[in-house]
Amino acid sequence: MGGGRLYVAVAAGGFRRYATYRAATAAGVFTNTVFGLILVYTYRALWDAKPHLGGYDEAQVVTYVWLGQAFLSTLAIGGGGVEEELMDRIRTGDVAIDLHRPADLQLWWLAADLGRAFFQLLGRGLVPFAFGALCFPAYLPTDAGTWLAFLVTVPLAMVVGFGMRYLVALSAFWLLDGTGVGQMMWLAGYFCSGMLLPLNVFPGALGEVVRALPWSSLLQAPADVLLGHADPLRTYLFQGAWAAVLLGLGRLVQSAATRRVVVQGG
Amino acid sequence: MLAGVRAYGMIAGMWVRSTMAYRASFAMTTFGNFAATFFDFVTIMLMFLRVRALGGYTLAEVAFLYGLSAVSFGLADLAIGSMDRLGRRVRDGTLDTLLVRPVPVLAQVAADRFALRRLGRVVQGSLVLGWALTRVEIDWTPSKLLLMPVTVASGCAIFCAVFVAGAAFQFVAQDASEVQNAFTYGGTTLLQYPPTVFAKELVRGVTFVLPLAFVNWLPATYVLGRPYPLDLPRWVAFTPPLVAAGCCALAGLAWRAGLRSYRSTGS
Repeated sequence: MGGGRLYVAVAAGGFRRYATYRAATAAGVFTNTVFGLILVYTYRALWDAKPHLGGYDEAQVVTYVWLGQAFLSTLAIGGGGVEEELMDRIRTGDVAIDLHRPADLQLWWLAADLGRAFFQLLGRGLVPFAFGALCFPAYLPTDAGTWLAFLVTVPLAMVVGFGMRYLVALSAFWLLDGTGVGQMMWLAGYFCSGMLLPLNVFPGALGEVVRALPWSSLLQAPADVLLGHADPLRTYLFQGAWAAVLLGLGRLVQSAATRRVVVQGG
Repeated sequence: MLAGVRAYGMIAGMWVRSTMAYRASFAMTTFGNFAATFFDFVTIMLMFLRVRALGGYTLAEVAFLYGLSAVSFGLADLAIGSMDRLGRRVRDGTLDTLLVRPVPVLAQVAADRFALRRLGRVVQGSLVLGWALTRVEIDWTPSKLLLMPVTVASGCAIFCAVFVAGAAFQFVAQDASEVQNAFTYGGTTLLQYPPTVFAKELVRGVTFVLPLAFVNWLPATYVLGRPYPLDLPRWVAFTPPLVAAGCCALAGLAWRAGLRSYRSTGS
């Protein structure tokens, strides 16, 4: 139980740390709102030309856009989570200190990232979402059950997001400079999470593939639950399975990395 | 001025050499830069798998807008895109080092962390623009032909002005460097779509307040022979160089004001 308290403290630290930078948060809110505006107009033009595309009506698409903007920094889909710091620590050799701590490396960073994610959701996500819901004809479920079911998908999405980014960070043990992998990661993230276009609009086999990949747990799965398009239990199972697989892989890579890689010194 | 350009060249060259120390990462990031914008275009293509026209524009016409926007922005991003790191330098006090060097600060900041990988975006934009030019139906006249290179150069200058103004803003707002992204990345994304898609107020804003519409919307609607959503005379399509010069002058003033207001952290 003492261990549990430690990770809660780490998560609280992550939350407070991001909460410190108020100007950065305000800037992020502004930027997300501007991007949301651009997307909302392009999507509405698309749905104007083809109503009920992907099974969404226009109001549901509006909700989807603003949910995406709320999740962008929360789930660090375009980078900006703890993985950048971890990568830096691996490159400089500071990770040796982390490995000497009486705490598990993966759980430590997971806790820190969850703290960050919860802050980003409240600090950066809520305002653009509220702005979008007020200024555009958005679809909002009226029953509390749907909202509750949706709220469960959020932490699951956070864990899946971390699982992928942790693997990216660990690649720095071999590559040292993780910028390239990081970039590949956010590219895949944008495209495969449905941030550029809802995944149910993707055609045929491409659609089937992207909807089965872990990225669809990030935005598409929670959105479908909120919009009443998916069965919550099946969604949890899907997200949970990916979370378990990714965290398990992270463990394997972590033990390989710490066993055979020489820590950078100097 | 000449000293500034020379210094810019030397610092940029140094960063290119340093990037080449991690070749695998360079190859990946260049490809990534190419792919980042490529995915933007894939998204547009996916949209056009479902519809014939977006805001009344065909895929080739949207590609034309996209190419112009991506090339102009890509060139500006390649040249001085690292200026958004200025806030960090202000925060940790490393800007002081730049102030004591006998080289214009703007040249140093602009060349800081010069990233050759950003060519990826320019290449991708050029490919889309080239494809669009083979597909769109344009009644070419000498003036339209001349307008093309002028548009790209002016668009690049307008985006450079946005980058410089954004950097100047960071002297005041240190942590708020992300605001700039709304106008740079947000701007180029906005311009990739037809002006007919957006609300009139938004189009008015980017025409008269922050004149991003002069990067491609105004000249491109003229070249394509399409009406611009706002009632403007046709000759406005030829004003991007003037607008670009005005933007650069204003950005220069903002930069001076920002630099003068700088107070070191002292650490």
